[in-house]
Amino acid sequence: MSNAVGIYAVEDVLLVSIKDDITDSDVIELQDGLSEEVVRTGARGVVIDISALDIVDTFVGRIFAQLSGVAKLLDAETYIVGMRPAVAMTLVELGMTLPESNMALSVSQALRRIRANRTR
Amino acid sequence: MPNRSDGKGLEIIEDDFDAVVNDWIEMQKDEGIQRTDLFSETEIHEQTRSFLRAFIHGIRAGGSVTDFSLEHKSWQELRDVLDDITRERIGRGVPAGEMAGFVLALKEPVFNRLREHYGKKVDTMLDEIVKFGSVVDELALFTNQQFIIEREQVIERQRDEMLELSTPVVELWERVLTIPLIGTLDSVRAQEVMENLLEAIVRHRAEVAIVDITGVQTVDTQVAQHLLRTAAAVRLMGAECIISGVSPKIAQTIVQLGVDVGDVTTRSSIRTALVHAFETVGYTITRRGGEAEQFV
Repeated sequence: MSNAVGIYAVEDVLLVSIKDDITDSDVIELQDGLSEEVVRTGARGVVIDISALDIVDTFVGRIFAQLSGVAKLLDAETYIVGMRPAVAMTLVELGMTLPESNMALSVSQALRRIRANRTR
Repeated sequence: MPNRSDGKGLEIIEDDFDAVVNDWIEMQKDEGIQRTDLFSETEIHEQTRSFLRAFIHGIRAGGSVTDFSLEHKSWQELRDVLDDITRERIGRGVPAGEMAGFVLALKEPVFNRLREHYGKKVDTMLDEIVKFGSVVDELALFTNQQFIIEREQVIERQRDEMLELSTPVVELWERVLTIPLIGTLDSVRAQEVMENLLEAIVRHRAEVAIVDITGVQTVDTQVAQHLLRTAAAVRLMGAECIISGVSPKIAQTIVQLGVDVGDVTTRSSIRTALVHAFETVGYTITRRGGEAEQFV
């Protein structure tokens, strides 16, 4: 995988960090790589940090939605964190409100929510 | 030399400058639009004289009275002078009608002189009167336009100021924000509201944002869409959006319009919204001395 994406296993959660120069092919690679990684590590949660992203188009938006769906099928709860205000406004303009994805403000908030849901 | 063939009215103004000025000022006094309460005698004199002088200069620069058009470059000075006078008068609170009256009062002194000059030659006199009258009319119209432009600028400025003032984001509690909306919510303001709110969410690391619409008079489909979009954007940021202050009437309107609010949390008052927000961020409110406060 190119170095625009980093996947780190922290306890039972996979942290995915995305840099701002991510390309469309990187995004597709991420989808493959991440689902394999979830199965391999048996992760119960996935946190995707997109705070470095200035621009999210419909393609990337759709892949994020799909990532959440795939991870859910593999019994991992996905959070997309750190979306910038400008990105949020653009996505809403585009009609992409990602209703199936969980959103969180920060990585720590996402981790807290995953823990809370696990103990429930 | 001015173009003397261009109308007697002009000749009269030039030859009889001081007398016309005095008569004009007299006229303003008679019409009750002199406004000595707002302007000193000298100021009125100065305005009147500079106006007439600019008029004469315009003729010298090649302006035509017969085909009068204020747009012509020779009338630049007259436009500037009129513009200044109008601005000055508006600034001191002279209404539009009086402003036009100020210019129109020039007619009578000139007409009187035309009558004296032509005597029984009624046809020529009428021609001159019509010619000069239409010029003065156009000048009066110009001041009115300036007046409107000036007013529009004021309105524009106030609208901008209102936009800034009307979208304050308030931190109610740790990680709980509210934005009280007042008045109408058009696209421009909705955008402003959304931007301010999202920025504040990042800044305060807020988990709950309460959009309070108690002060919003009417909710139509467009306003509802704006609110729902704001809610959607807040959710994308990872916070929860509560729309509070939904009055019974607005609730009915929203249902009747067939607007689907989806899973956006709505509350009738900011108080109940705050209770919900406390639950979300992990606080409970208890009355001192034991028993828990009862909330609906």
